[in-house]
Amino acid sequence: MSLTGALLYLNDVTVTFDGFRALNGLSLVIEPGEMRAIIGPNGAGKTTMMDVITGKTRADRGEVLFEGARDLTRLDEAEIAELGIGRKFQRPTVFECHSVFDNLLLALKGPRRVWPTLLASLRGAERQRIHEIMEMVRLRGLAAEIAGNLSHGQKQWLEIGMLLAQDPKLMLVDEPVAGMTDAETAATAELLREINHTRSVIVVEHDMAFVRELDVKVSVLHEGSVLAEGSLEHVSADPRVIEVYLGR
Amino acid sequence: MIARFFLAGLDRRVALALIAVLAIGTVVPLLNLMLPASHGLHVPDYMVALIGKYLTFALLALSVDLVWGYCGILSLGHGAFFALGGYAMGMHLMREIGPRGVYGHPVLPDFMVFLNWKELPWYWHGFDQFWFAALMVVLAPGLLAFALGWFAFRSRVTGVYLSIITQAMTFALMLAFFRNDMGFGGNNGLTDFKDLLGFNLQAATTRAGLLAASSLALAFGLLLASAIVGSRLGKVLVALRDSEGRARFLGYQVQRYKLFVFTISAAMAGIAGALYVPQVGIINPGEFSPANSIEAVIWVALGGRGTLVGPLIGAGLVNYLKTYLTAAMPDAWLFALGGLFIFVTLALPRGMLGLLDRKARRPRPAVADPIPKAAE
Repeated sequence: MSLTGALLYLNDVTVTFDGFRALNGLSLVIEPGEMRAIIGPNGAGKTTMMDVITGKTRADRGEVLFEGARDLTRLDEAEIAELGIGRKFQRPTVFECHSVFDNLLLALKGPRRVWPTLLASLRGAERQRIHEIMEMVRLRGLAAEIAGNLSHGQKQWLEIGMLLAQDPKLMLVDEPVAGMTDAETAATAELLREINHTRSVIVVEHDMAFVRELDVKVSVLHEGSVLAEGSLEHVSADPRVIEVYLGR
Repeated sequence: MIARFFLAGLDRRVALALIAVLAIGTVVPLLNLMLPASHGLHVPDYMVALIGKYLTFALLALSVDLVWGYCGILSLGHGAFFALGGYAMGMHLMREIGPRGVYGHPVLPDFMVFLNWKELPWYWHGFDQFWFAALMVVLAPGLLAFALGWFAFRSRVTGVYLSIITQAMTFALMLAFFRNDMGFGGNNGLTDFKDLLGFNLQAATTRAGLLAASSLALAFGLLLASAIVGSRLGKVLVALRDSEGRARFLGYQVQRYKLFVFTISAAMAGIAGALYVPQVGIINPGEFSPANSIEAVIWVALGGRGTLVGPLIGAGLVNYLKTYLTAAMPDAWLFALGGLFIFVTLALPRGMLGLLDRKARRPRPAVADPIPKAAE
C-alpha cells in the first residue's frame, strides 16, 4: 500500500459492468484543501467514479485510498461517510417528509449507531449549528418547512447544507446546478468556493459556464480514464479534448 | 431518564388514545363484573372476550405500523410472530393442564399421549414455568425476526421482495405446524386450556383480568412505539423509508436500524398473540395463514399507516365489521374485506387518520432568500 500525502488517491481503478468498462485504469489525486472539477461526455465514468469512492460500487481492480491509509474499497457507504466523505446526488435527494431542521439534524455529525440515536436529545450546540448552516445555504426561517415543499434549487442547497452538517473532509458534488437559474448557479458557485476554504471538494459538472466560474483545476474524463488535466483554458485547448468533448 | 424517554414522543393524539385504551381496560371489566346482568349498562361475558380479542389485534396492528408506517418494511408475515407468541403461551397453558387432561397423563398433553409419545420433546421443557413461557413469548418471534432481518437487510432485500419473503416465512411455518411430528398438536393445535397462573380461564373474573392485561399491554406498546417514533432514531427510520441511499451516505448503517425496529415489532406481535390465545381458548396453525398477516396490513392501511393511533382504530373497526358480518351475512364478509381494501387504496391512500393530517397540515409555499451566502 503506497502512502501518500494526498487526501484522495485513485490508482488504476477499473470497473466493469457486463463487459462494459465504466472505469478503465482511472488515476486521480486530490490534495487536501483542493477543489477539482470533473468534466466529460455522458458515459465517461463520472458517476461511476463517485460510486467507487463512496462505496456504492466495488472496483474490480485498483487502489482507492483516503488520507493515504484508508482503503475505501473495503468499506461500505456508511463507513466511508463516517470517515469524512460526503456526497451530493445528481438529483436533489433530501428526506422529503422531514422538516428542513430535521434533515440537517440527521446529517449533523453525531451519533450514528442505533442505541445512541434512540436516546439522543437535541443539544443547544446542535440547534445553533443547524441555524448557522441554514443561514449559510439561505434557508433561514424555513426550519419547520417540510423539505418536500421546497423548490428544486432550495432542495439542492438543503442537500449541500446536509453535507456541510456532516462536516466531511471531502465533498463530492454531482451536477449541483442542473436545473438552476443563472442567478442560482452563480450563487452556488460562490457557496462551493466558500465551502472549499475549509474542505476539499470534487465537482462533477456539465455546465461549462459554471466550471469557468469555479476557476479550479479540471480533469477531463473519457471512456473511463483521465484524458487531460489542468486549468480549463489548458484542457479546452487540448486537441484530444476538443475531439471527444466538442466534436460530438 | 426513562420517563423522559417515554414521554418525549407523546403527542396529544397518542395521549388521547392511551387514555381511551386504559379506560376500556378498566370500564369494561367493571361494567361486566359489578353490574347485574339485568342492568342496562352490563357488558355481557361474550362482549368482554370480544373486546379483549380486539385489543390484542390492535397491538398486532400497532406492531405492523411500526415497521411499515415508519420504516417502509411491508411485512406480510407479522401473523407468524403473533402466532409464535400465541403458541408459546399455548404451550404453557397445556402444561398447566397437568393430569387433568382426558388421558390423565401427569406430564404429557393429550395430543402427545394420543400420538403414543413416551416423553416430552426437549423444546417443551421449561414451559411449565410461567416466567419461561413469558420469556419465550418475546424471544421466539424476536429471534426469528432478528435472524430473518439479519440476512434480508444485510443483502439489501427491500420492497416487494421483502414482502414476499415474509409471506413465504409465515406460509412455511403454517405448513410446519400442521405436521403432527412437529410436536405442536398438528392440525388441531393446542386447546382445552384450564387455567392460567391458577385462575380458571372460564371464570368471568379471569376474562375481565385478561382484557385489562391486554389493554395494559396495548397501552405500553403504544407508549413504547411513540417513544421510538419520537426519538431521533424514529427520524432516522422515516428518513431511510423516504431515501435509503441518502441515509446510507450520511453514515447510517441502514440495516441495523431496520433490524432493530423489525425485532421490536415482532416481539410486540408475539405479546399480542400470547394475550390472544387464553381469550379465544385455542391456537392452531391456521393463525399462520398468510391471509391473517394480510388482514393485519389492511387494518393499518384503513386506519392510516404511520400514525400509530390509526391502526388501533382500523383493527377495531375491521374486526367489529368481521364479527358482525360473519354472523349476519357469512358469505359477504370476504367481499366486504376485499372491497374495503380497494376502497382504502383508491380513496384513502393515507387511511382515516391520514385524511385528518392532510387537512391539518396544508403545504405552504416555500419562500427563501434568493442568494445563498457562504460564511464558513
